[in-house]
Amino acid sequence: MPYQLPPVWTELKQHAVFPEFSHDERARYNFLANLNRFVSTVIAPGNQLAYTSRVEPAFAKEHGRSFNDRFEVGEAMKKDPVYQMWAALRRSTMEMRQQNGRSVVLRQANQLAQKVAHELEGTQILQLKENFQVPPYLTHVDNHLMPGSYHTEYFPGDVSNAANYDSGLFVTSGGMLGSLTDGGGRAIAAWVKETYPDFHPKQILDIGCGLGHNTLPIALAFPDAQVIGIDAGAPMLRYGAARAHALGINNVTFIQADAARMQEFANEQFDWVQTTMFLHETGGKSIHTIFAEINRVLKKGGLNLHIEQPQYTPEMSMYEQFMRDWDAYYNAEPYWGHMHDLQPAALMEEAGVPKDKFMQVGVKAINDLDKKKQDGKVTEDYGRSPIWNVFGGWKA
Amino acid sequence: MKTELSGSHAGGSIQGNPGVDAVNDIVMAGNKSKGGRPYFLEDPAVERVLNIAMAIATEVAVAHERMDTLERLLESKGLLSRKDIETYVPDEAAAEERQGWHARFTARILRIVQQEAEALAHPENNTPMRTIADEINEM
Ligand SMILES: C[S@@+](CC[C@H](N)C(=O)[O-])C[C@H]1O[C@@H](n2cnc3c(N)ncnc32)[C@H](O)[C@@H]1O
Repeated sequence: MPYQLPPVWTELKQHAVFPEFSHDERARYNFLANLNRFVSTVIAPGNQLAYTSRVEPAFAKEHGRSFNDRFEVGEAMKKDPVYQMWAALRRSTMEMRQQNGRSVVLRQANQLAQKVAHELEGTQILQLKENFQVPPYLTHVDNHLMPGSYHTEYFPGDVSNAANYDSGLFVTSGGMLGSLTDGGGRAIAAWVKETYPDFHPKQILDIGCGLGHNTLPIALAFPDAQVIGIDAGAPMLRYGAARAHALGINNVTFIQADAARMQEFANEQFDWVQTTMFLHETGGKSIHTIFAEINRVLKKGGLNLHIEQPQYTPEMSMYEQFMRDWDAYYNAEPYWGHMHDLQPAALMEEAGVPKDKFMQVGVKAINDLDKKKQDGKVTEDYGRSPIWNVFGGWKA
Repeated sequence: MKTELSGSHAGGSIQGNPGVDAVNDIVMAGNKSKGGRPYFLEDPAVERVLNIAMAIATEVAVAHERMDTLERLLESKGLLSRKDIETYVPDEAAAEERQGWHARFTARILRIVQQEAEALAHPENNTPMRTIADEINEM
């Protein structure tokens, strides 16, 4: 099979509030997308070889047993030169992606803020709160090495971090999420429509919507529904609302709210509560408060779905658990590991979904840039591949 | 509950906001994220250099892409044919200049390796500078 090239950055859709990129800034992202693709498809598989051919055997010889958990695998892999080089390169690509993206948006921070304000003029689709309390686990870490994370604004009205997130996810994902970086949302909307043709939700809540990448496909698929996206990060919401408006989608409202305390919503207000790539960026206590809140705002008979990476189960090899856990520590997503240790069915019970109404399916990104180039095949890049585990159910 | 609604308030007051001027894009672009940075290679010094090398590799790729754009634009305007580039054979003078460029470029990149070799070739030239300072003090 010939080498699979990532799409070029110019294939990303440039909506009205998208940051402007110079020729060289685009070229930098083209290189980084390629570098990521190479590191994940050519260099990363060396880890598995090193593991089976020498790391595991050496450990077994020394201890007379195999690994007990992924942490033992990690300690042993740390000493292997193939792993060391792969990890050093992966970390380096993440840091470069941040620096390069930030240099693009920060030099035009003022213009971006003005474009967003202009786009939102006269609309009622954004609600920000004064004195909003950002959940402590969000201020405690800069998720995926993004300085300032989702909530930091460098001046009132700033959207830099959101614009960086929007224009740079292409690089980390190697262009596998589509021209609007919405492959996950498209997939879930299509799956729900196909699987439940009689489900006609009127009120949909997307928790931790970020800048709405995956909220908008749901709004498009259910044009008669009122969709609300909530997030803790003001820059994300501001930019997301302007982006939605620029893309002509008018059944979504972006509201600043903490998922653990959604006072603005009534009991049993929503027919469908969705989260996408959200739970692993919460905290060990908050996640339970959040599920209790979901239970409160979701209607009886309502749908609750979560898009995540696969949970760690006893069936998953120690090696795979270790590789999937990498981002937790080295890409600053520290709740990633603990979250993927949880039992989804037990979490869903907290949201009022009994075990017999629980479901779990695998979905793959719907990528409009694919053009059959990938032929439906994606190399497993633990934790980064556009293939997800969806779990959830219907509230009893 | 006090809410900041969209519309005229959505962007805050941006014009003349001192906050905007506080944005130092050159330094802030490279800000460190929270948490200790892990080093994966045995010697952090090597990893440091690897990171610098990867950043330079990026810039080489960028320069290459720019050149490629240039060639294609020039060709589309009929000012140059890329086939001429591919089949170009330098005359004697040009060949000399070009090879000289490669040689100097290589020498600049590998300076430290060359100097380590020279150190081995001339052990007499490796006296520590403190010793030399003391010696010169006596001269
Ligand atoms: C990885 S992003 C996912 C964004 C979006 N769902 C997507 O698929 O692109 C996680 C988002 O969750 C938000 N978040 C985390 N904890 C939250 C909370 N307690 N309440 C509201 N938003 C939260 C963060 O601000 C961030 O924008």
